[in-house]
Amino acid sequence: METMALAILAVTAVFVLFRYRQRKQSEEFPPDLKSAPESTGLKSSAPLRISTLPTGTTTVAVSHVHKSFNGTHAVNDVSFEVRSGEILGIVGPNGAGKTTAIRMLMDIIGADSGQITILGASAGQDTRDTIGYLPEERGLYRKIAVAESLRYMAQLKGLLPEEAGKVRDQWLDRLGMSPHKGKKIEQLSKGMSQIIQLAATVIHDPELIILDEPFSGLDPVNREMLKTIILELKECGRTIILSTHQMNEVEALCDRVLMINKGSVVLHGELHEIRSRFRNNSVFLEYNGSIDNLPGVAEVKDHGSYVELFLNQDTSANQILSRLVERGVTIDRFEVSTPSLNEIFIKVAREES
Amino acid sequence: MKKTMIIARHEFSQVVRRKGFYILTLGLPFIAFLGLFINDIVQDLDKEPDTPDHQNIGYVDDMGVFTGYTQQANLTFIPYPDQDLAQQDLMAGEINEYFVIPESYLQTGLVDRYTTERELEVPLKTWYQIRDFLLNNLLASEVNDDLLNRAKNPVQLNSWHLDETGAVSEPPDELQAILVPYFFGLLFIMSIFMTSGYLMHSVTEEKENRIMEILLSSVSVNQLLRGKIIGLGIAGLIQIVIWLVTIRVFLEVGSVDISVLEDIQFPPSMLLFGVIYFLLGYGLFSVLYAGLGAMSTSPRESQQMVGIFVMPAVVPLVLMSVIGENPEGGIAQALSFIPITAPTTVMMRLANINIPPWELALSITLLASSIALGLWLVARMFRAYLLMYGKRPTLREIVRTLR
Repeated sequence: METMALAILAVTAVFVLFRYRQRKQSEEFPPDLKSAPESTGLKSSAPLRISTLPTGTTTVAVSHVHKSFNGTHAVNDVSFEVRSGEILGIVGPNGAGKTTAIRMLMDIIGADSGQITILGASAGQDTRDTIGYLPEERGLYRKIAVAESLRYMAQLKGLLPEEAGKVRDQWLDRLGMSPHKGKKIEQLSKGMSQIIQLAATVIHDPELIILDEPFSGLDPVNREMLKTIILELKECGRTIILSTHQMNEVEALCDRVLMINKGSVVLHGELHEIRSRFRNNSVFLEYNGSIDNLPGVAEVKDHGSYVELFLNQDTSANQILSRLVERGVTIDRFEVSTPSLNEIFIKVAREES
Repeated sequence: MKKTMIIARHEFSQVVRRKGFYILTLGLPFIAFLGLFINDIVQDLDKEPDTPDHQNIGYVDDMGVFTGYTQQANLTFIPYPDQDLAQQDLMAGEINEYFVIPESYLQTGLVDRYTTERELEVPLKTWYQIRDFLLNNLLASEVNDDLLNRAKNPVQLNSWHLDETGAVSEPPDELQAILVPYFFGLLFIMSIFMTSGYLMHSVTEEKENRIMEILLSSVSVNQLLRGKIIGLGIAGLIQIVIWLVTIRVFLEVGSVDISVLEDIQFPPSMLLFGVIYFLLGYGLFSVLYAGLGAMSTSPRESQQMVGIFVMPAVVPLVLMSVIGENPEGGIAQALSFIPITAPTTVMMRLANINIPPWELALSITLLASSIALGLWLVARMFRAYLLMYGKRPTLREIVRTLR
């Protein structure tokens, strides 16, 4: 009888101890709601655990990959490569197949056919710990404190508990989120929880980082912070795949672009090469004087405060600039027209349809 | 395995830090015993009318032979010349009820009883009182007292059970046959449902909060599922152990006087197979519930779908009397082989009999195989539906996925 009573007491004691431990852990990070600043910001002075990797080797190789759902081709014969230290922007409209392609890279869904090689390992081999993934549909445990949540995520990526705690604190400090680490995720703003998600993505110092729509839900300050971090990771030799439909962010960050529409690759190459390929040989000009009958100009389009000069095929912008100077035209602005990625995308999408 | 254990530890810590877990684990035994105490008290209160004030029962004797033996303990039979007078006195509250013995009584045995009480059936006590009155009047002059008493109570049946060797074993009493299996079946199925419920809640919550894709970028579906099953299974096992230990303690502590539980014996085999069947039963239900969680868009929706599995799982409890009275019968055997009903049925049967080893082996094999098959199917569903947000798959889509 006594044994039974002791057993109950022992089990109850285990529970009480467990509760005490949980409480003690949360007390280590007391939620200081009054003093904690609501905004976040990058603290450049804080040390960051990013090792430097060699660049130029192939990190991701995708070859003729297909995936269909119920007879619909979500991804159709997609091939591309990403080299280490490079940022690849995957762009395309909603439903183009970007997320499906990324989920196949992560081996979350399997490809119907084709070959995917990541860091030298083919599909089926576990490369999860070397990849940091921020999915488009993302969240964290709402009832769990930031610190605990991040440590769990880090441990799932193969970090030991002590190491996980140390790196977590470094990242929180770096992101200006240290005052919030005792708070539950549900107590944070949407932007803040996005920052925590970013920390969870890179906490294990991955070689390959895949970010699906990383800018959605971020205010301009946090958007700039994210850009800085992405560029910093690139500097350290990390390979980054960035999926977004915000073309301006791609233009600002990416080395190469993969444009997908209706599951197929419609454009792939280096960003500057693509832009020069789609250049329409025109210049924007704000001036004072006469530009009538200027040799080499096929058409002049008036935009109000400035004009756009469409040049003949054999005329360069330099030649036009010389002719304007020779004529004695006062030039306030002379800009070679380069199409934005957005314009290129619209043009390609129209041609495709 | 390392990641599986990390997930298991996380899931365990998430469940045991909930207040609801403590309330349920430590509170349920107390609530159950409180219920039994109340039951005892209610029964005691119910017994009070057994010794009521004196009762008067009227009767109209059309045969004209029932004139004596009108006194019984706290009861007087009052003769009436006709039914009108008897009814008048009944309505006036002079008598509690009356009955009419017709002329054809000896041929038909029919007696008409009139009462102002609302009752579903004739109270057994009243039936005995009227029977004794009739028997006394009919036989007292014909036979001696012993014969008369034996006629009133002709048989005390003792039934003995012979085992395979022909040895006589103790006859199971009604309490042991019905209450113990029911109690264990209920406790068992409750634990399994609750523990599996934790798992379903965990899956749907992670799906709803969009954590699932992040998790699947760190671990495989099988690691995730295994970790959850282990972590939450340990929590459930601790819960059931606490309940069982509490019951033992309450039974052994002399100061607890609950008449219903006094005679309960726990066969030792129940403990061993209790653990085995709990683990297997939990394994099966957690796999099924995880599948439901993967398909649902919210915890509320998954709760609504749970009935699909709860209904067949409680069949053994519905058939409690059949299994309790005939634990070796065809129905009990069949339910032991159907994976979804096997854990409860086997526990209910083990309370009364030693189930043949081949039956246990077959039952355990079928149950374990169904878990393996379930895991394979659920892993497919996880891949297909965990990343489907805000939309529930149609039956057709589910069938296509499982093929």
